[in-house]
Amino acid sequence: MLLISCPNCGSRDETEFHYGGQAHVPYPENPAGLNDREWAEFLFYRDNTKGAFAERWLHSTGCRQWFNMLRDTVTYDIQAIYPMGTPRPATAAATSVIAPEGATK
Amino acid sequence: MANTAAINGINGLRDIRRSPASHLAAALEAGSIQGTVVLKEGPFQTMAGVRVDPRSEEGARIAAVARSLPARCGDVGGTDRVTVLWLGPSEFLVVAPEEAHDSLGGDLIGSLVAALGEAPGQVVDLSANRTTFELSGPRARAALEKGCALDLHPRSFTVGTALSTEIGNIPVVLQKTGEESFRLFPRASFADFLGRWLLDAVREFASPEVP
Ligand SMILES: [Zn+2]
Repeated sequence: MLLISCPNCGSRDETEFHYGGQAHVPYPENPAGLNDREWAEFLFYRDNTKGAFAERWLHSTGCRQWFNMLRDTVTYDIQAIYPMGTPRPATAAATSVIAPEGATK
Repeated sequence: MANTAAINGINGLRDIRRSPASHLAAALEAGSIQGTVVLKEGPFQTMAGVRVDPRSEEGARIAAVARSLPARCGDVGGTDRVTVLWLGPSEFLVVAPEEAHDSLGGDLIGSLVAALGEAPGQVVDLSANRTTFELSGPRARAALEKGCALDLHPRSFTVGTALSTEIGNIPVVLQKTGEESFRLFPRASFADFLGRWLLDAVREFASPEVP
């Protein structure tokens, strides 16, 4: 069980939250100009990061507000929680896992 | 349509309506242990869901009607009769006795709607959305702790605060009204489940404590 610190409500059980997938996926500037492949990539293709990953969470049984979280996908260490619409914070701490050979992310 | 003649406006409907846990009334009474933990339904409270930016002008007008809007998670605003629960930074639940409803001679919903006016936000009559369970007694906290992950110790959960959380895995607003008394606001469709869950949780307190 993760304990997640909601910016509004404080520390609560993971079961009170819903996961909203990768954060900072921009809506296309000109959706009509996208071909099917580009549109599919916007809708369905997400990073599969090993290490620090920026993702969206919703405190669904609490304040019902969205927020962003920087979480290590290997250790589950929550490195930062920050409001929607703000850029991903630079984390001084290096990610706990060294990227494998040839990994680009 | 046999009862049509009996339904005379909304006050005629009042006599035939049933609260979400009314079928459990006898069980709640039988399951309560006087002096230890008492459980009952407090049905038909008037409730209004309010969404408004509390820092705005319309927020101030709503606050004037409800007396005050809670500022942060856990806070409860209002008066002795009208309680305002914090559900989110711009979302509140106003709870008042049944007779505060406009259909029974009160003016709560109407005055909230008037206070909001044309400004952005919403005031919705949610009186039928949730029911209320009242749990009190020295073992009330022990019963709740079986299904609630929050720290319910008085040092952390103080009288006059309320939190939205999960109890028995269902979403509930939990209000602490006294040192040993709580109000639980489940949605109507969960009333049967939560009523039975609470009955199960308090059952052991009827037996002598095993040292
Ligand atoms: Zn929250």
